[in-house]
Amino acid sequence: MPAFIAQRLAKAVVVLLAIVVFNFMLIRMAPGDPAMVMAGEAGASDQIFVTQLREKFGLDQPLPVQLYRYVKGIVTLDLGFSFRQQMPVAKLIAERLPATLLLTVTAFVISLLIGVLFGTLAARFAGTWADTAITILALIFYATPLFWVALMAILLFSVSMDWLPSFGYETVGANYTGFAHVLDVGAHLILPATTMGLFFMATYARMTRASMLEVKRHDFVKTARAKGLRDAVIQRRHVLRNALLPVVTLAGLQAGTLVGGAVLTETVFAWPGIGRLMYEALLQRDYNLLLGVFVVCSAMVLAFNLITDLIYRAVDPRIEFAS
Amino acid sequence: MSKFWRTMLRNPGGVIGVTILVLAIAIAIFGPLLFPTSPWRMVQRPFLPPFTVPGLPLGTDALGRDVLAGIIYGARVSLLVGLVSTMAALAVGIPVGALAGYFGGKVGDALMRFTEFFQTVPSFALAIVLVAILQPSIVSIVLAIAIVSWPPVARLVRGEVLSLRTREYVQAAIVTGQSHSWIIWREILPNALSPVIVLASLMVATAILLESSLSFLGLGDPNLMSWGYMVGAGRTVIRQAWWITLFPGIAILLSVLALNLIGEGLNDAFNPRLHKEGR
Amino acid sequence: MSASPVVSIKNLKLALPSGSDRPYAVDGISFDLVPGKILCVVGESGSGKSMCAHALLGLLPDTIIREAGEIAYDGRNLLTLDDTGWLALRGRHIAIVFQEPMTALNPLMRIGDQIAEMFEAHNLLTPRQRKQKALQLLHEVGLPEPERSVRAYPHQLSGGQRQRAMIAMALALEPTILVADEPTTALDVTTQAQILELIRDLQRRRNMAVMFITHDFGVVSDIADRVVVLQHGKVVEQGAADDVFWRPQHPYTCALLAAVPSMQPPPRAPLADRARAVEVVGLDKTYVSGGGWFQPERRVQAAKQVNFDILQGETVGLVGESGSGKSSVARLVMRLIEPDQGTVRLGDTDFTRIAGKALRRERSRIQMIFQDPFASLNPRRKVGNIIADGPIAHGTDPAVARQRATELLGLVGLNASAMERYPHEFSGGQRQRIGIARALALEPEIIVADEAVSALDVSVQAQVLNLLEDLKARLGLSMLFITHDLRVAAQICDRIAVMQRGAIVELKPTAALFSAPEHPYTRELLAAVPGKISSSRAA
Repeated sequence: MPAFIAQRLAKAVVVLLAIVVFNFMLIRMAPGDPAMVMAGEAGASDQIFVTQLREKFGLDQPLPVQLYRYVKGIVTLDLGFSFRQQMPVAKLIAERLPATLLLTVTAFVISLLIGVLFGTLAARFAGTWADTAITILALIFYATPLFWVALMAILLFSVSMDWLPSFGYETVGANYTGFAHVLDVGAHLILPATTMGLFFMATYARMTRASMLEVKRHDFVKTARAKGLRDAVIQRRHVLRNALLPVVTLAGLQAGTLVGGAVLTETVFAWPGIGRLMYEALLQRDYNLLLGVFVVCSAMVLAFNLITDLIYRAVDPRIEFAS
Repeated sequence: MSKFWRTMLRNPGGVIGVTILVLAIAIAIFGPLLFPTSPWRMVQRPFLPPFTVPGLPLGTDALGRDVLAGIIYGARVSLLVGLVSTMAALAVGIPVGALAGYFGGKVGDALMRFTEFFQTVPSFALAIVLVAILQPSIVSIVLAIAIVSWPPVARLVRGEVLSLRTREYVQAAIVTGQSHSWIIWREILPNALSPVIVLASLMVATAILLESSLSFLGLGDPNLMSWGYMVGAGRTVIRQAWWITLFPGIAILLSVLALNLIGEGLNDAFNPRLHKEGR
Repeated sequence: MSASPVVSIKNLKLALPSGSDRPYAVDGISFDLVPGKILCVVGESGSGKSMCAHALLGLLPDTIIREAGEIAYDGRNLLTLDDTGWLALRGRHIAIVFQEPMTALNPLMRIGDQIAEMFEAHNLLTPRQRKQKALQLLHEVGLPEPERSVRAYPHQLSGGQRQRAMIAMALALEPTILVADEPTTALDVTTQAQILELIRDLQRRRNMAVMFITHDFGVVSDIADRVVVLQHGKVVEQGAADDVFWRPQHPYTCALLAAVPSMQPPPRAPLADRARAVEVVGLDKTYVSGGGWFQPERRVQAAKQVNFDILQGETVGLVGESGSGKSSVARLVMRLIEPDQGTVRLGDTDFTRIAGKALRRERSRIQMIFQDPFASLNPRRKVGNIIADGPIAHGTDPAVARQRATELLGLVGLNASAMERYPHEFSGGQRQRIGIARALALEPEIIVADEAVSALDVSVQAQVLNLLEDLKARLGLSMLFITHDLRVAAQICDRIAVMQRGAIVELKPTAALFSAPEHPYTRELLAAVPGKISSSRAA
């Protein structure tokens, strides 16, 4: 197991480095001379200032040297400087990261639990009205644009019924402490987390259903029946456990989509996370910040993939060392 | 092949999907001929609710533009972007996957590492970055969507090719002295096609979602009216005018749903065995 | 027949769903199971024999309609039993062993837990006792290192070990009836012999009634007390094993028995002073897998210094169990995989040293017939194209190639109308004929047949073997015949090479190999071949 973790970690680091290099190339692709752009962002564009910037950020150096400096910077957690916000990118991101983690993890857990539950129900009662209802609902949520369903949720639950807050992370100016604060954040979390989770809920439900129906046809289920085991035990112990493996794989593959969902959700609900930060960077054409968020998002996906890998390995004894 | 179509038509979801899609395509092609006025033009006073003024069944937006006209013109953008970017993704993914699967070895490994890399990078975030850097335009949007959506194709094709390559009829073709290109084109790809077709129909759906999400964030082509842009524009006034966001969203939902239904129908038609068997 | 039956199946009729190739899976069959006796149900694929097994355990698919008849057990008709009734019966009174132990065991559960489940299902014993019982059972079925096996996952055991575990599971609650559905078909011949021995032994000790389903008359002759022969869902003959073997009444039984190849090699004309068609010198091939940063390398030696030659007009057999490397050697000879070392010469050409166009050209000299008739033909190409594609690739005029393809279809006993049809419209045996026609289309000097008849029913197998023998003689071909089945090898080979773990351990003229095997492994293989009775009968 430790060797396995070491191997996956090493792989993740290599991929992250590749992403950083890729990121560097993207910066070079940005329109205009980076120094000019930076100068523009800083609000001045006279020649001397541009030259100074060029020297300060090593833009007069040959590309490999610049790349080396860039990578070195990122290794020491220096993601560059945001001229618009007059702050280091790393600091901006660090401030916003916890909110995003809270949102994503909540959305993921909700969607996984409910999705698997509904998928199991649909498979269990395959062919009945319950199955049809779940399947149709899943199909619709699967096709619903996240940003739109978020707006509709606001319209319904905040504007019409005034049940839940639709804006931000906590009630501004209320200064709750302790448990009251937790409750306040929780209330703010409900709408964004559920709307963000809807799509994933639908995917997991569909996957669980399909996978369970597939596993049901395996011989070992017949063996279990031949033992005289009760159906409920067969479903849980033999069918569901095997059926969850592809769901775990899918969850890993969708980590990127989850992060993308955070951008849209945080934008709609003004949730102060890095997704919202990305949107702000976009509005202000703040490329340093944009690419910094991008690198951090990639790292999050890598971490998530690592976790699903470990879970998969823990569940499936057939994975020894080979992938 | 007739059996294939019969299975497809017996699938109610598939039929619904095809119907919606045909309708959407018809609207995209002929709609603008019926509504020759630009969707950007102010036609009435702003914030007209739907079903109040004849000729403007879906009302007007914050700038007095016809919502229905926007949806009709938006159909073009959504379907076009969905289709073209999927084609582009297939054009990259199929050869990469086929080569990696067929030849394997160092080249195959390198190609797959490359693919894995693109699959690890969060796709929507990458699309945002790409469009932002290349400046929003229909070309950059198509390009960005294609770049983020080809890896699954490559992986799928590679997997199929890997398994087909060891199939005995492919070995038989090698043994009878066929060339690599014959084997890939005549023996392997035709048999790998059905899952790719299914995936492609789902990819068009995903591409439409991606395009609308980008437009929603303000990264749409500034010269083209699109559904995502309309939802984004209506967002700030949602408390006064719900219809501006509601209708374009439904349009996105329906077209994506239609494509997903078609994908499922195709899948069932290609793998009829999954449905026949009982417990 | 002194003891009274535990189970009586009377006039059982099981209807297939509409649209199937016949109305009844099982059509009015009757037979009894008697304690302490083994009843073999024999039939070819599609005879309905597995349906009987499933009916006995109430595991029939929903789509099968129980139309008539009775399964009488313990004063009850099992056909009318409800779900709860079955729960009490399954495992405890009637247990089953399936064909493929890999898929019949849950891959995510330890062997011990899967056995313990048997007790749990019937609320017997404490969890601790269950574990102990599982261990004891694994002991009884002869699994090596039961303490380790009980904690192992299915993939960590070999095929034979998994089947032993399955049997241990089936025996856990000392059932009165054991149903064995082709339990040795997926196993190697030496393992099969051990498992048959085990079933025989356990059945005697526990006085169980066994219903043993098989397609292999060799196996039947080894373990049956009574035999039921099924054809298209009907019983065509049943009786005591000896009667069925020595005095078969029904023509189908006679045909089945006659189709079982004899262990007695027929006399073959000597082939001295002929030129060599193929010469294989020092072939080595090692597969290396894994071997990343933190992974141990796994090496499997598929070919170890393999040497042999084939004379013109000669058939050389390559015999061995799964994993012996015989298929790898076939593929090395065909240049479907590259050797690490060694040479394959076709006549004067060094087949291992050419590449590109030259290789493709020379390939026409050596052709292959594959094992699986359902995987060896491209499902999306018409039969005519499948046969003519090769010659066209070698520059034959398409019209000529198609004309020749039609003739070849006639040669292998198929109608010319097959040209325009797709592979799925043909049966397994017919497809194998198409595969032979494809191989012959390039007018090769040598044919490599890789388990070419293994996937076929025994009657079809005999026909295809005859066809191969006949064509070989008529066209003056040399043949490398790969098989796991010594009976088949005895009938068709001039010489036989026995392979074990990548090496040829013995290579001799067929008659000599059968009469005077030298290597211990050859002797073991010969001893394990099931069906001594039928071979003596054929003698």
